[in-house]
Amino acid sequence: MANNSVIEFRDVAYVLPNGRPLLSAMNLQVQRGETLVLLGRSGSGKTTTLKLVNRLLIPTSGGVCVNGKPTAESDVIRLRRSIGYVIQDVGLFPHFTVERNIGLVPRIEGWPAERIRRRVEELLQMVGLEAQMASRYPHQLSGGQRQRVGVARALAADPAILLMDEPFGALDALTRDQLQREFLALQQRLNKTVVFVTHDLREALRLASRIALMEAGRLVTVLPPEDFLRSSEPLAAAYVRAFRDGPNSLTNRGAS
Amino acid sequence: MNFFHFLLQNHEQVLELTLEHLWLVGISTLLAVLVGIPLGILSAHRPFWNKPVLGTANIIQTIPSLALFGFLLPVPWLGARADRLAILALTLYALLPVIRNTYTGIRGVDPAVVEAGRGMGLTGSQLLFQVELPLALSVILSGVRVAVVVSVGLATIAAAIGAGGLGEFIFRGLAMVNNQLILAGAIPAAVLALSADFSLGWLERRLRPQ
Repeated sequence: MANNSVIEFRDVAYVLPNGRPLLSAMNLQVQRGETLVLLGRSGSGKTTTLKLVNRLLIPTSGGVCVNGKPTAESDVIRLRRSIGYVIQDVGLFPHFTVERNIGLVPRIEGWPAERIRRRVEELLQMVGLEAQMASRYPHQLSGGQRQRVGVARALAADPAILLMDEPFGALDALTRDQLQREFLALQQRLNKTVVFVTHDLREALRLASRIALMEAGRLVTVLPPEDFLRSSEPLAAAYVRAFRDGPNSLTNRGAS
Repeated sequence: MNFFHFLLQNHEQVLELTLEHLWLVGISTLLAVLVGIPLGILSAHRPFWNKPVLGTANIIQTIPSLALFGFLLPVPWLGARADRLAILALTLYALLPVIRNTYTGIRGVDPAVVEAGRGMGLTGSQLLFQVELPLALSVILSGVRVAVVVSVGLATIAAAIGAGGLGEFIFRGLAMVNNQLILAGAIPAAVLALSADFSLGWLERRLRPQ
């Protein structure tokens, strides 16, 4: 079991320089090929957890291992290039075309131009964008298209691990639904190890192999979606209740 | 008519002083860019340096130009040649807009873009040269534009210490109470300033990210 874990947190704490703790006593293992969803409110430490994996943040205490190797000992640039990273604000380079955005890591890794071009073509198709999008600039794309490019960019150098920080959070409900569906199909095909941050239980239930519930910088529980729905853990139960009440609140409103 | 007559008659000298003027402004702007952009990058990346660097540049800016020329006069190697001295003074004045705009430009790059770049594994210099500087370029260039326009005006004062340039006409004209001479210095200087402003402004708009 331990050998199969791609990402491992051991007693990790992260404290801001001003002394405010963002994460404490974090112990977590992410298995190869699973989609682990970090679920929690804003400020619960989800994004902090994610950034500790690719060392955008360094643990104050404890250690994070990626592929069995402590991140503190690995070359941080190599580490990051071996992990795909998708964020809510996408962060596409506005002065690069879609093609250059997607091909950036391959390019700095020194791939030959022809191979980059083929890879970009393949990725555009994979995320459901037309080939002619390659020459567009990010500001010429819709929010959903931009996020697809963001995913394609993260996949460019074929990393085994993908970190996704509320990638669909800023999208309208229909586009989000579509991208979630495509994500599932893609994940079935690519079988990456994914850590996915969201505050939306519906999204978590839909995408996760396991849901890691976080609150106030602590990991509350880690459960597969079906167990999460039946969990007696108070916070998990509160999430499920709020989720189930969601559709009912509409009828309640109609009644009153 | 008289003025144009004067220009025609003295076109060689007008041309010579204009070139001298351009040289003073050109070299000092180049130096200010070479020094100011790295200092601006430093203050944007290392908050510790932000106050000392920008503060010093600000203070230099408040020294009256004539006084600055005077202060620098006794400095051994510098004082030996008026043009060296003028170039240093102009460089010092041009530093502030270059540093400040480099700082502002780099700080103004969307944090999400920088974070995505870091998360993807760009090294510090890849991030700087492929992302931050290109995105800050139009802001930096607008600082250079301000520096050039100010320098063109300031460089006329360099003639007071014998560094040449179009200020020669102006000072001579003032001494001789000759308006034509003053205009012969002032008009080409104004034309220089306006054309620098216009061309750099055009370039700036071309480079502005969408």
